Amino acid sequence: MLEVTSIQKGIVLDHITVGNGLKIFNKLMLDQVDYPVVLLINVPSKFMGKKDIIKIENNIDIDLDFLGLIDHNISVNIIEDGALTQKKKVAIPNKVKGLFSCHNPRCITNFDDYVKPKFELVSPSTLSYQCEYCEEITEYRL
Amino acid sequence: MIPQPIKHLIEPEDFTIEELNTLIALAKEMYTFPEKYSEKCKGKILATLFYEPSTRTRLSFESAMLRLGGKTLGFSDANTSSVSKGESIADTISVISGYADIAVMRHPKEGAPKLASQYAHIPIINAGDGGHQHPTQTLTDLLTINMHKGSFENQTVAFCGDLKFGRTVHSLIKTLARYNIKKFILVSPEELTLPDSLKTKLLREYNVELKEVRFLEEVIEEIDILYMTRIQKERFFNEADYNRLKDSYILDLQKIKAAKEDMIIMHPLPRVNEIAYEVDADPRAVYFEQAKLGVYIRMALITKLLGVE
Repeated sequence: MLEVTSIQKGIVLDHITVGNGLKIFNKLMLDQVDYPVVLLINVPSKFMGKKDIIKIENNIDIDLDFLGLIDHNISVNIIEDGALTQKKKVAIPNKVKGLFSCHNPRCITNFDDYVKPKFELVSPSTLSYQCEYCEEITEYRL
Repeated sequence: MIPQPIKHLIEPEDFTIEELNTLIALAKEMYTFPEKYSEKCKGKILATLFYEPSTRTRLSFESAMLRLGGKTLGFSDANTSSVSKGESIADTISVISGYADIAVMRHPKEGAPKLASQYAHIPIINAGDGGHQHPTQTLTDLLTINMHKGSFENQTVAFCGDLKFGRTVHSLIKTLARYNIKKFILVSPEELTLPDSLKTKLLREYNVELKEVRFLEEVIEEIDILYMTRIQKERFFNEADYNRLKDSYILDLQKIKAAKEDMIIMHPLPRVNEIAYEVDADPRAVYFEQAKLGVYIRMALITKLLGVE
């Protein structure tokens, strides 16, 4: 099997649902960074059958709400001196600010640059969020 | 002393039933003894921020403030304001907060008054935001019903016309459900029925009875309050459907022949042709009085939000 060495200091995004790895890689704009990043896809997994993994050899700020929105199965592993120091599980965020836009074309958030759209989760199964301003429902799609 | 948070009216739910009742009582008092309140807002300024024209609503607010002895300033078209130069709502409202004591906002984009309220240092009243909310119309409707029916109990309320896009209908039906009105009749063509999400909310949260029919004649005898709305041609997929249905939703004397003697006919105005002119002289037609009452409920609202009762 293909071997990828462990990282010394940085972040490992594990348990990514197959197919989401590349999308997250692009969303985090990891193609534009100057430190080592590895994207692994279709990695055999005991629990998931297959999974994607992203290894980032750098300490970066990751928005857990953002990851939870994209894929709530992800585990975030913080690595220091080659050892796991912290493991975080992400979750579907109940409140979201500015991560996506309101689908209602008449909503003020699509016209006023000053305001960031804010949403509250109404249905986790469909990732449906209600806009705080126009109250319309937007279903989040990656 | 901890400063009180500024109270705004963005949607009817911003006020509890008790607060709505207080407003209605105050509006009735103002209607009966207007001179008592003619200087209540002396020295106060109302800003009318109309990002789209709505002459009727703006004049109603201006009339309300002038009857309270206050003054008004504002704009009635976004093209004449700094908005045309691309100013954000947050900036506009921060500036206006220094010019006026209270502001009323009409905006074509949904959620704009709510956004304004988050940056304002003065009370904000939503005077209509796109197809979203128009709470002072709801207050006007409540006052009209209260004046004519005394109470909200045991009333059967029918909404007729465009129930899909009519924001006044959505707002009023939710508020009446909060008032424990249990029976609603929905009269509309199939294309313009009340949205399912609202129906579900009414049934689940308020346990109301909803009766849906296509034609008014089927239910006219049961109705205590008839709320008419306009059916717009552009809401239909094709002209043939519109032409086939439009006459069914025009109220005339023939259609209300079998109605109760004390039924009231309401309409948020302006009407186009959905109520025949011959109905105007019928004592059951209260829509012009409804428009007049709108001034008094706005007077009550302004004094309440300014804290000068």
